[in-house]
Amino acid sequence: MGERNLILAFESSCDETSIAVVEDGRTILSNIIATQIDSHKRFGGVVPEVASRHHIEQVTRCLKEALSKANVTYADLTAVAVTYGPGLVGALLIGVTAAKAVAFAHHLPLIPVNHMAGHIYAGRFVSDFEFPQMALLVSGGHTELVYIESENDFKILGETRDDAAGEAYDKIGRVLGVTYPAGKTIDQWAHQGEDTFDFPRAMEKDASYDFSFSGLKSSFINTVHNAEQRKVTLNKEDLAASFQQSVVDVLAEKTDRALDRFPVKQLVLAGGVAANLGLRERIERDMHQKHPATKLIMAPIKLCGDNAAMIGAAGYVAYQHQKRAQMDLNAEPGLSF
Amino acid sequence: MKILAMDTSNHPLSVALVEDWQLVAETTLNLAKNHSVYLMPTIESLMKSVDWQPEQLDRVVVAHGPGSYTGVRIAVTTAKTLATTLDIELVGISSLKLIAANVTTFAPEQLIVSFFDARRGNVFAGGYQWVSGKLVTSIPEKHVAFNSMLNALPSENRSTILVGELNDGLEEQLKNVTATQFKMAPENTTIPSAYQLALLSKQETPVKDIDGFVPNYLRMTEAEVEWQKLHPGESKQSYVREV
Repeated sequence: MGERNLILAFESSCDETSIAVVEDGRTILSNIIATQIDSHKRFGGVVPEVASRHHIEQVTRCLKEALSKANVTYADLTAVAVTYGPGLVGALLIGVTAAKAVAFAHHLPLIPVNHMAGHIYAGRFVSDFEFPQMALLVSGGHTELVYIESENDFKILGETRDDAAGEAYDKIGRVLGVTYPAGKTIDQWAHQGEDTFDFPRAMEKDASYDFSFSGLKSSFINTVHNAEQRKVTLNKEDLAASFQQSVVDVLAEKTDRALDRFPVKQLVLAGGVAANLGLRERIERDMHQKHPATKLIMAPIKLCGDNAAMIGAAGYVAYQHQKRAQMDLNAEPGLSF
Repeated sequence: MKILAMDTSNHPLSVALVEDWQLVAETTLNLAKNHSVYLMPTIESLMKSVDWQPEQLDRVVVAHGPGSYTGVRIAVTTAKTLATTLDIELVGISSLKLIAANVTTFAPEQLIVSFFDARRGNVFAGGYQWVSGKLVTSIPEKHVAFNSMLNALPSENRSTILVGELNDGLEEQLKNVTATQFKMAPENTTIPSAYQLALLSKQETPVKDIDGFVPNYLRMTEAEVEWQKLHPGESKQSYVREV
């Protein structure tokens, strides 16, 4: 062999149009990310039709930039990888459609990639993977514990039964007047406050590995509204710290128990909310104290949000496993492992 | 010149391969199926059947709307990506003009109005006339209530030909319009042909800014309309930035 494997990867599942070139699944040659956050901020959250319209404005510009920044031509490419789900259907379709056109035009294999597998593979830019492995995936749309018995073999151990963790951050953020996306600000405030409200830890003692954040969200909103009615001003740093402590406790507790039950060589922490410093600190400490034999791989903060480089990394592995899509590939908004 | 032309703006899907303005192959599906699943396989099999390679193409022509937002985006994304990646010409043609061109009258006075259902009694519509063998736009395309569009048609001594699919709601509105003379074009004119699309591109110049080429939606999103109402004059040129 000796020839380098170059994957052109597309990601458009939500509000970022991203195209990347990844070499041998572990070196990022380019990772163009055009974010629409400033647009959706106006509406307090992602509006699907607006997202689709932005993606189609960006897709070919990002494509050209990804290739020129990586300093490669179409003739150098090995394959095209694309996120085909889960996500917003209209948004996914732009990436899927563009990826198919490029694969067709240049006679390249097309590799379908699950967005969540992509998040896990953001960790591969930090360390080689060893199996069995577990991943804690936390984002605006998903909260999952995934068991990976061997390469490219994903099984969900537990997932959220209602809101995703990131969604809960955005919803309580709105109550505190923080613009979408609220995660970063709440995280910062949390570091300046203390857990004085003791919000519920949902399903913490439940035997399953599932999560639930809507009870916490309601409890938080009620607390704030009751105080408003009594004309009492609550300390927003303490509110943030209490909320974050509850989220982090539940995530850490479930992960801890899952690791007791399914010992693994590595734990990967990934997804948009994995950029949360409170969560990173807690998981790091827990792993050190309770699971010293399991290596913790935290996705780099820059690669926690949606990006195509992670899709290229996951696509590389799927390519080795002979995963291929044909020209009838469709977006699958509800795709699961 | 080898042309690939495609339209997925409404239920039908049409793809044609055209060489030197002669039809080489064409496929039209009228199935209300998922265009994302059918468009590329249709292109692939049509190209294979006539032994064309993607790198032999010189031009891509696409119907750029109005129509179903998702449908239009599938063809426009395919077309702009192919044109970019193969470094070839891209031409966008109105989806309304495409079906208006099915009415092949060359009487210059004849007004042809085509429309697509846009739900809630509204349509996307435009008016066209053949002038020296070219179809020119004489009533600008807009999103409008069907009956007010009909009532606004010129009432001079000429009848208008209407091209489009009438559903029950639109048919009801049609009955109540008496001010204007018009007649419905035969049903077969409502089916777009990608061969026709390629021919219409003959009179157009290729798109200069392919990256900036987007569907002609004819409508802002509801979220945008509401936001602009609350924030007059605050709209920015671009809301997307690279990180």
